[in-house]
Amino acid sequence: MAEEKHAHPTHKVYYLVFLALVIGTVLTWRVAFIDLGPLNPVIALTIACTKATLVILFFMHIWYSSTLTKITIAAGVFWLLILITLSLTDYLTRGIIKPL
Amino acid sequence: MSTAAQTVKPVMPARHYLNDNYGIRSWLLTKDHKRIAVLYLFSITFFFFIGGIFASLIRLHLLTPNGELFQADTYNKMFTMHGVNMIFFFLIPSVPAVLGNFIIPIMVGAKDLAFPKINLMSWYIFMVGAFFSLYAMVSGGVDTGWTFYTPLSSGFVHTNVIVMAVGILFAGFSSIFTGLNFIVTVHRMRAPGLTWGRLPLMVWANYAASLIMILGTPVLAITLILLALERGFHIGIFDPKLGGDPVLFQHMFWFYSHPAVYIMILPGMGVISEIVTCFSRKRVFGYAFVAFSSIAIAVFGFVVWAHHMFVAGISVYSAMVFSLLSYAVAIPSAVKVFNWTATMYKGSVKLDTPMLYALGFIGLFTIGGLTGLFLAALGLDVHIHDTYFVIAHFHYVMVGGMVMAYLGGLHFWWPKMTGKLYPEPVAKLAALITFIGFNLTFFPQFILGYMGMPRRYAMYSPEFQVLNVLSSAGASILAVGFILPALYFTWSLKYGEVAGDNPYKATGLEWQTTSPPPTHNFDVTPVVTEDPYHYGAEEEVTVVP
Amino acid sequence: MSHSPTTIPEHHPALVHQFDSMEQQREASTFGMWVFLLTEIMMFGGLFAAYLIYRIKYYDAFVAGSTSIDVTWGFVNTLVLIGSSLTMALAVSAAQRGARRGAQLFIVLTMILGTVFLGIKGIEYHQKYVEHHIPGGIFGRFDAVSNYPGQEPNIAEEVAKEKERVEKLSPEAAEQASKQIAKQTEIFFCFYFAMTGLHALHMIIGLILMTWLLVQVQRLNIGPEYYTPVELSGLYWHFVDIVWIYLFPLLYLINRTHAK
Repeated sequence: MAEEKHAHPTHKVYYLVFLALVIGTVLTWRVAFIDLGPLNPVIALTIACTKATLVILFFMHIWYSSTLTKITIAAGVFWLLILITLSLTDYLTRGIIKPL
Repeated sequence: MSTAAQTVKPVMPARHYLNDNYGIRSWLLTKDHKRIAVLYLFSITFFFFIGGIFASLIRLHLLTPNGELFQADTYNKMFTMHGVNMIFFFLIPSVPAVLGNFIIPIMVGAKDLAFPKINLMSWYIFMVGAFFSLYAMVSGGVDTGWTFYTPLSSGFVHTNVIVMAVGILFAGFSSIFTGLNFIVTVHRMRAPGLTWGRLPLMVWANYAASLIMILGTPVLAITLILLALERGFHIGIFDPKLGGDPVLFQHMFWFYSHPAVYIMILPGMGVISEIVTCFSRKRVFGYAFVAFSSIAIAVFGFVVWAHHMFVAGISVYSAMVFSLLSYAVAIPSAVKVFNWTATMYKGSVKLDTPMLYALGFIGLFTIGGLTGLFLAALGLDVHIHDTYFVIAHFHYVMVGGMVMAYLGGLHFWWPKMTGKLYPEPVAKLAALITFIGFNLTFFPQFILGYMGMPRRYAMYSPEFQVLNVLSSAGASILAVGFILPALYFTWSLKYGEVAGDNPYKATGLEWQTTSPPPTHNFDVTPVVTEDPYHYGAEEEVTVVP
Repeated sequence: MSHSPTTIPEHHPALVHQFDSMEQQREASTFGMWVFLLTEIMMFGGLFAAYLIYRIKYYDAFVAGSTSIDVTWGFVNTLVLIGSSLTMALAVSAAQRGARRGAQLFIVLTMILGTVFLGIKGIEYHQKYVEHHIPGGIFGRFDAVSNYPGQEPNIAEEVAKEKERVEKLSPEAAEQASKQIAKQTEIFFCFYFAMTGLHALHMIIGLILMTWLLVQVQRLNIGPEYYTPVELSGLYWHFVDIVWIYLFPLLYLINRTHAK
């Protein structure tokens, strides 16, 4: 019972995650020198998001945490997206519709 | 039980949080949320009067069209200092840090907030911010307007922008820690039986406001940091000379500052829910709707910020989006007003002072809120933006709304906080004077704005003078209305009648403990079995020993 | 008057009065830390949002700026921080098991790696100082070519060469464009220093936190019942790592296919 509540990853999980993070970093670095056009930032950010997710889930124990904590993180990401998206509605559409 | 209590005069409890410990150290190093609330009470009252002095100077100056009292630069400092002090050092902490700190742990049946030391730290951080703000004021002031628009604030003015920005930064962090404390307390420290659906609406409202504090204030922090860097080191991303966009500052600033107005009003709405139910002796109408409307206001409040920027140069497309969303945010507020009104219908309404303030709130907030919709309309806003219409709008919601709610809450919980009753006839008179003074001050400003008088101008066209004089006259009456409570509350500490545990026969856990409460709030942890506002049956919450 | 009776017979020395159990205290503390990290997400997020807007607006300048910072150092620093996250996670794990010596060892390792990170950052900042890429008009030169002979590598020169090559512009148009891009590059560097600076500040705070933690592990009987200070410090450290995980591609890898 206590084990479940305080559940945490084994050392093996930590080392695996570490390996994944290192591989992800090397990948990001190498792929950046290959010209894939608009895909470059997409790939870089996807890898970054994956790495962040791994850190959050395993190093920060979210995989084993309450729903409340998971919602808290999701809220942060969501609110950041509000800031970015709604600001972009201004910057991406300037000059498209001319005021009368 | 109650009949016996009525025949016996109430007495102050022998030991309570105020006399449990003596000495300045026991106050300055306290971890008791009630004492911290009292510390905040002193601080924000001080800043309310500072802001009030600036307001008086503004209204004095505006008695004549040619601005004979101050030079234009000085006048700019007057309205800036008025705005900054009132918003960051009075309104934002008012209900959460004073009433919320005091009452929420008791309302959820806890012994204290989740992190008492962080609570105390938040007061100290507030005081550091207060020090910076005062320093900025006495060493020349700031004249950019409380909105600090760039590039005026980042490159042109020679006033103490950075010092003031640092002060606001600290005040913001103070509110972040208060909000953090509330959120964790409400999630993790509710008494047995106190489900979310049984929480008093005051808790829901402060919880929603805390969400906003957590999510919005950090963006203000980074904005002010960037502003300070730009100004101090001449690096900058808001500087048109570099190709920077001053409107970006406005986006980032208003991303916080619009939700900030909901930080200010939501706790007030929570107070109103408590007062209206108690003085109508009736359950709130549509509890779930009122509770969720607080959350809805918190969420919607984050997607409307650019309605402050309609004429700043944002794209027309995004202006349309924000205008539409701004209409949506009015809906949850309206839900609350409807539900309070429905609560009073067929209730047994008692017009005690807190109820007078609550009624004032409902009427004045409605007017303020509706005029907000005027401003949300793109076509109208082009004409009335940056006029006195805007000033009247936000003073209706902030003063007619929020300050009235704060005063109502202060009156409602004063007996609980101090164990003394304030003098009811004087208090009723003060409420009436405030109401009259307020409307006389700010209603003419709607007309002035509509007629085209711009805001933040030291001089105005002579045809506006009559209304300005009316407004200033109203301000003098309003000042009396605000000074009276300061006087009689102080008087009541020594000469007021002893209140007893529950002078209003209200429901709620805070009324089940003594007035003032003991340091540890409850002698036994309460177990809640009733819905909130179970008026009508005159039964009390079951307390399991 | 006595406090409300608790039902737990033993009273852990670290239990504070407002909580009824160590479990409640731990849950509340952890949740509180996450709410704090939420505020940090929004603070860095504000900076990231502004960065994104300017990257879209001044893409060429951002490419030029990004190309001029040393990607190898950035890559090494990323690995260093990831390593420090591993050691921090192992420290928390050790604390949870009550292995205080082990926890302290891993905390020290984390601190060493953190210091290495800051050292490398110092080297990078020095490089920028030498190259006159510090925004603010005092140490920086973002004008077009030929105003400051003998100074190198001048970012404007690189940009000018880039423009001519890629867009096949006429020499005059290329000259104009490169002047503009050079000026706009200052904005990139504003963000570079603001973002890495804020991050570095958080790292320094993290190191101070770790120092405090070393003392606490010794003083406070850290063990399976109470290892909260270590866990919360770990959360903070991992968060700072995550910020860098995003900073690396966003600042160093905007477009590396034109130059090395």
